[in-house]
Amino acid sequence: MEATVHATGHVAHRDDEGKRMGMWLFLFTEVLLFGGLFIVYAAYRFINPEDFHTGSQHLDWVIGAINTVILLTSSLTVALSISAIQSGNTKKAKILLYLTLAFALAFLVNKYFEWGGKIHHGLFPGMEEFKHLTHGESLFFVLYFFMTGLHGLHIIAGGIFIGFILYYINKGEVTSESYTLHENAGLYWHLVDVIWIYLFPLFYLII
Amino acid sequence: METEKHIVDDKKNILIWVDLLILTFVTVEIAQFDFKTLTILIALGVATFKTILVGYFFMHLKFENRFFKTMVFLCLFVLIAVLAILFIDYSYR
Amino acid sequence: MESEKMATEITPKGYVNFFEESHGLKSWIFTHDHKRIALLYFYGVVGFFLMGVVLGLLMKFEMITPGETIMKPQTYNSLFTLHGVIMVFLFIIPAVPAIFGNFFLPILIGADDVAFPKLNLLSWYLYVIGGIMALSTLILGDGPPDTGWTFYAPYSVKTGTNVIMAVMAAFVLGFSSILTGLNFIVTMHRMRAPGMDWMKMPLFPWALYATSWVQVLATPIIGITLLMVVAERVLGVGFFDPSIGGDPVLYQHLFWIYSHPAVYIMILPAMGLISEMIPVFVKKSIFGYKAIVYSSLAIAFVGYFVWGHHMFTSGMSGQARVVFSILTFLVAIPSGVKVFNWVATMFKGSIDLQTPLLYCMAFIFLFMIGGFTGLVVGALSADVHVHDTYFVVAHFHYVMFGGTGFAFIGALHYWYPKMFGRMYNKKVANIGFGVLFTGFNILYFPMFILGIQGMPRRYYDYLPEYSTWHKVSTMGSWVVAIGLIIIIANLVKAYRKGEPATGNVWGGITLEWETKSPPPLLNFDKPPTVTHGPYDYSILNK
Repeated sequence: MEATVHATGHVAHRDDEGKRMGMWLFLFTEVLLFGGLFIVYAAYRFINPEDFHTGSQHLDWVIGAINTVILLTSSLTVALSISAIQSGNTKKAKILLYLTLAFALAFLVNKYFEWGGKIHHGLFPGMEEFKHLTHGESLFFVLYFFMTGLHGLHIIAGGIFIGFILYYINKGEVTSESYTLHENAGLYWHLVDVIWIYLFPLFYLII
Repeated sequence: METEKHIVDDKKNILIWVDLLILTFVTVEIAQFDFKTLTILIALGVATFKTILVGYFFMHLKFENRFFKTMVFLCLFVLIAVLAILFIDYSYR
Repeated sequence: MESEKMATEITPKGYVNFFEESHGLKSWIFTHDHKRIALLYFYGVVGFFLMGVVLGLLMKFEMITPGETIMKPQTYNSLFTLHGVIMVFLFIIPAVPAIFGNFFLPILIGADDVAFPKLNLLSWYLYVIGGIMALSTLILGDGPPDTGWTFYAPYSVKTGTNVIMAVMAAFVLGFSSILTGLNFIVTMHRMRAPGMDWMKMPLFPWALYATSWVQVLATPIIGITLLMVVAERVLGVGFFDPSIGGDPVLYQHLFWIYSHPAVYIMILPAMGLISEMIPVFVKKSIFGYKAIVYSSLAIAFVGYFVWGHHMFTSGMSGQARVVFSILTFLVAIPSGVKVFNWVATMFKGSIDLQTPLLYCMAFIFLFMIGGFTGLVVGALSADVHVHDTYFVVAHFHYVMFGGTGFAFIGALHYWYPKMFGRMYNKKVANIGFGVLFTGFNILYFPMFILGIQGMPRRYYDYLPEYSTWHKVSTMGSWVVAIGLIIIIANLVKAYRKGEPATGNVWGGITLEWETKSPPPLLNFDKPPTVTHGPYDYSILNK
């Protein structure tokens, strides 16, 4: 539809499917980025099953569960906003994206207090209390901080991505006819959610 | 080369969200019991089920052509196969 | 009459090639044209390659006598680390995909650019930033890293040198490589010319397709591993330090989960180049097109699961070692299929012995030596003897330099007229080839012998028993240098004074020969339609 014809007869098509394909490929690199950490987690949990259990006891599963619900709901709002932009309801799409950003913020605030609590108890790598942990427990906490920290960075990146979508909606570049960028932001956000779906049971719910 | 427009209605999305919440509840509840080695498998199983819901419905995989689905499968296969081969080392060391 | 026709073919009236389309520095560093980006890569990659060569020459010079010759042990350790980092991350991984892939992939499939031109430019910037970061370790911090290019923990976590910067450089370069791969996959899926179905796609794009998947699916693992090393150095507590329960062998696992597939990132595109060049110079369809396609995919796939053969002596479990050894032998099969196909293509062809074909034949010869010695080190029991000796060093230089390096220089001679629109002096090019080939074998073959005798790699000093072959090897390195100088001088001269080249210099029938040399901005005057297979030379008889 938005085909540009060059002087030489070359026709440039807008390729929505190609853009989504690129996004999916990028998501695979993210999956494998975290995949490397899951590999480390699997190996160390296999070597230190008891220590990982005691390490997990230091974490509050209620906070983890609340954050899970927050992220799942934010995934819903993103999905709804895509449907809204597709059917031309720009206002609804924008409200839903703002809601998503609010949930992202809530997640981070929650995470901040959780990390703060751990650091207050000296459980951050290098702190006094940390040195008294067993090998397995310290590996558990190093992994916990590294993986949730990296995930937190992804939440921030996803939030910025969504912020750009809001900007483009306002500029009229993301519309009911041209919404692939919006879909791609949604894909990214869902992936961040999926990673948390695994992090939650692996860190908070170890018997 | 524009693809067909697929609009998922809100009701369906909300239904998926309810399913996801139920599964979160299930995973928390099941974690109270000790099934030995099965515990981790159940937890990962539920998480994978949730992932399939998110991927298939929220991420619109169900509307994409076969190549997209194959790609996702390939990516996950590689990760799982690498883990499996790694554990040939760890389980016999 | 004949010359008149030639002249019009070279410069039709009003023809503007991609060099002339726009001028000035800005038109280059902000370009979205895949051909210009390819040339930007070209200058960067060749620059880093020459730096790597100089470091290698210095190392070889140090080894000419036992004990100290021109440098201290610490300098030597830094030299082999930087030589490895530069050659692996800055030369051989980006060389073929980023230069020839960027330039010729869109042309070979009849597209006017890659799928994401801006992303393409971003990967070049990441490449440059990564390169600068790697080199900055020479002057910043506490000296260049001395860990070897593998950054093995726990030493990489403990050493006082500037490991963090080097590791972050590798991380950024990995990102650049991922984006290139992603771009190529989408390009091949979405932008093939009308009529070009998958099984009519030339073999170089096919090789890039397999490679791109490896780039996308393997590189993130090294990224996260290197970030863990950084975290461990910064926080002082970490993942791979045995004193807090970490497992250094796990680092090796993660490192090779990427770096073994990376070996295929290095060799697969080179194999694609060879498959592309041989049919042109024997004027015959490639033997077993589908077999080559599937073997590329098979190498990429199986190559993912053999990483453990780098770790046979690291304390891995016996069962894992056996499995990895068997899987390693499996990879040899598709590689053998390819060699068979190339030789069978040449059989009964009408061979035109031009410079690029010389490089192809050298590739087959050197790659076979590298490949078979690869089976020696892939066999569990033999590897225990030669692990971490000069034998391994010789093996991978035969595959990487003798393989990818020769394919790279060969392809440069093959496509040079197309890229720059000028022809080099063929006689000098052949002489350069001869010198390089001779020097290469004098330089690296003695290393096989030294390795069997027990000379460990990365050692600064050696026993006098080894000195004969070390001397021979060092002299070989000078011959290699002379060869490279001849080749480069010849090409530089051609750039300035070479004869203008016609559109189809070698009589090839793939799409790049249907456009002018150098191509116009959008590659073709009219978007092409594909009607015949890429190597269907029977059309010449019609």
